[in-house]
Amino acid sequence: MKLQKATEFALYAVLELAADPSRQLTAVEIAEKYGISSHHLAKVLRDLGRAGLVDAVRGVGGGYRFAGNAKRLTLMDVIRLFEDAGSESEDAAPRPPGEDIAEGLRFVLAEIDAQTGATLCSISLSTMLKLVARRPWTAAAETRPARRAARRAR
Amino acid sequence: MAKTVRIGGEEEIGIRPATPADVPGVIALDQEVTGLLKAEYWRDMFDRYGARGDDSRFFLVAGAPTRIDGFIVGEVRAWEFGSSPSGWIFAVQVRARLRVQGLGSRLFEAVAARFRAAGVDRIRTMVARDNTVIHSFFRSQGMMAGPFIELEMRLD
Repeated sequence: MKLQKATEFALYAVLELAADPSRQLTAVEIAEKYGISSHHLAKVLRDLGRAGLVDAVRGVGGGYRFAGNAKRLTLMDVIRLFEDAGSESEDAAPRPPGEDIAEGLRFVLAEIDAQTGATLCSISLSTMLKLVARRPWTAAAETRPARRAARRAR
Repeated sequence: MAKTVRIGGEEEIGIRPATPADVPGVIALDQEVTGLLKAEYWRDMFDRYGARGDDSRFFLVAGAPTRIDGFIVGEVRAWEFGSSPSGWIFAVQVRARLRVQGLGSRLFEAVAARFRAAGVDRIRTMVARDNTVIHSFFRSQGMMAGPFIELEMRLD
């Protein structure tokens, strides 16, 4: 699944704000942290506000605050606000009968999409923030050279 | 000794190895959650994983025999298609009204502690792709996709 920029920005913003629900941040502050366009992010934050995931705090010192339930809200819940998730195969143009190879390939790609969807539905914002704090990718990077060496030795 | 867990600040629920007296409560809780009565299955599971006093098979329950609020079942498995010894969890259930309050996590921690004591350093499981509740639970415990892929085919 390739995410659009707006979806990616929404995930950054929601996770950043959910990490500390008492804190309010402006679009500029979040955009600077992630090196993204504050103009584009402001639009995304308005969409997140309409969906009830963030509250806009007006006036001097205003900004946005997380307004959802981080234990219940999943990555897929955020993605679905910006992407037509799961509709790729339905939208595909009808194919003439007999295109078995094309059908077969779509069948295999649908398997991958189903796996991706299940993964995104299973990770709540709270779980994602715990994962970020744990940084499992550093351990994976450390064991990768050892695994490669073991494979070469076989 | 049973480990106690305070849920919602009002109840204390002990976690302990299952006894024969707990089996009806396990059957009832499973039926309440899944809508399926699998009495024979759970009696067999208890005989294989709870009754033997084996230090590599664990059937833990939370609650009193008169009312089981949760359970978890697992064993140490080794060398299936090259998998080094690991703790395998194949059942976990928590009463719906007690979810997201820490009881499932305590059951998971309790079985993880037993796996560690049995000498393994990782836990594996398999969940239905559309079972978001259980999938999310394991994810919240820190579990990620592992190096194995589950495959199946119809036998027509």
